Amino acid sequence: MPTIVDIKNLRKAYDGGFEALKGVTLEIREGEILALLGPNGAGKTTLISTVCGITMPTDGTVTVGGHDTVTDYRAARAMIGLVPQEINLEPFEKVINTVRFSRGLFGRKPDDAALEKVLRQLSLWDKKDSQIRALSGGMKRRVLIAKALAHDPRVLFLDEPTAGVDVELRKDMWEIVAGLKADGVTIILTTHYIEEAEAIADRIGVIAKGELLLVEDKAKLMARMGKKQLEVQLTQPIEAIPAALQSDALTLSKDGSALIYSYDTRGERTGITKLLADVAAAGLVLADLVTRQSSLEDIFVDLVHDDNKSDTKLGGEGVA
Amino acid sequence: MNWTAIYSIFSFEMARFFRTIAQSILSPVLSTSLYFVVFGAAIGSRIQEVEGVSYGAFIVPGLIMLSVITQSISNASFGIYFPKFIGTIFELLSAPISFIEIVIGYVGAAALKALFIGVIILITAFFFVDISIAHPFAMVAFLVLTCISFALMGFIIGIWAGNFEQLQLVPLLIVTPLVFLGGSFYSISMLPPVWQTISHFNPVVYLISGFRWAFFGTADVPILTSLMAIGLFTSTCLAVIWWIFRTGWRIRQ
Repeated sequence: MPTIVDIKNLRKAYDGGFEALKGVTLEIREGEILALLGPNGAGKTTLISTVCGITMPTDGTVTVGGHDTVTDYRAARAMIGLVPQEINLEPFEKVINTVRFSRGLFGRKPDDAALEKVLRQLSLWDKKDSQIRALSGGMKRRVLIAKALAHDPRVLFLDEPTAGVDVELRKDMWEIVAGLKADGVTIILTTHYIEEAEAIADRIGVIAKGELLLVEDKAKLMARMGKKQLEVQLTQPIEAIPAALQSDALTLSKDGSALIYSYDTRGERTGITKLLADVAAAGLVLADLVTRQSSLEDIFVDLVHDDNKSDTKLGGEGVA
Repeated sequence: MNWTAIYSIFSFEMARFFRTIAQSILSPVLSTSLYFVVFGAAIGSRIQEVEGVSYGAFIVPGLIMLSVITQSISNASFGIYFPKFIGTIFELLSAPISFIEIVIGYVGAAALKALFIGVIILITAFFFVDISIAHPFAMVAFLVLTCISFALMGFIIGIWAGNFEQLQLVPLLIVTPLVFLGGSFYSISMLPPVWQTISHFNPVVYLISGFRWAFFGTADVPILTSLMAIGLFTSTCLAVIWWIFRTGWRIRQ
């Protein structure tokens, strides 16, 4: 897939001297859903704001569809839609008017049919003549998305679209995002819900303290980093691991009723067969076997906590 | 130029005005009528003619200026401050438009609203006093220029203001006194010499004087000086706007 957003060595230092972005390089491919994960204050919103023109970069370049966001901002911005994190809407305005305004602001000729399509897609058509203040929080979020889509952008930035949204609405939001992807829109969303990235993203970027720690295919990331654990539950608790079984990968549960074996799914040999044979040879009787795979959340916590140690930085694709 | 975007901002702002059209018309009509009752009928009957014009008619240009100046400033400052306050400014900043287009949209709408109110006051005045307009084209030109220049000033105030108090501060502490002391209700020549000299530092004096000249053919200061003064004021506002545009001051970090 061709690159649609090309971010090169992007730096942003605010007037107070705070460096929110410390040289981010990232290529976003046309048609993908990229999730940017990171804790609060990681620089996710600054990254989006700088691409969209709300803040000016201190250094580095961004191009959207080949257009530089500073020197050729009109062409670049015309391709972008932005859904901000906060619900920033005019309370007394009607839904249809505010969406119409957004379309015009981006220089597109009025086209009520196009707006109807967007509003129907977001289940807002019935509410088109309602004042925004009369809408629920979830509906207001949809209005923000409708405004961002009013000019048919090729790239849509969603800054924490599901922050403070209930589970049902979050699922709705995911469906909306999936529908937009089907229409060919490239979507970049920030989130700190790992579940969200896991559920909808094609690729995942992890950002912390203004640096992009990695960008990687979601499935590859899971496979590459996914540690698995095998829990061997015993019928009789033991006090210590028998000498014959001693290894770095094996630990005993606190109550002594289970052996916990960590292994790597990527490895040629997982060592499970040998383990089970050794367990039998040691005369232990098995009650049950349980396997667990680490979630993206565990991976993320590991990354963000270890980001000072360079050896834990993962050389994924497109890393700065 | 992204004319579609300019038109969008302009019509969005005008829609706000027309939503409250009754208030928008009623309030200037009422306040003007009150001025005419108080100054024209009650006090004016005891005041001799000023520069050959009845006092009731004499205050008409000043009254129009008073409203037009305050309206231009408040429309434009509120127009740009409100998106900052509720956060919708992100959309203006991320749209494919330049700052100049934003200014044209907001200032254009603010100036037109003020012009509209100025015309309503003029029409109301016809019901109370006999006035004839000596130089109609000059009158319109002065009115339009005043609307635009003070809307520019209002826009600057709206960008500068960090809260609603600051938004009111400049109009309240600077503009209102300048307008009242600018000869809205009197001729500068009625003042003692010292105050006449001081008045010449008040830019509003030149506006009102020029505007009055367009009505009655008489003025406190030469008409050319008036034109130069409003030209200078407009240029200053444009220069400040240009500086804001270059630096992104208080808008874009």
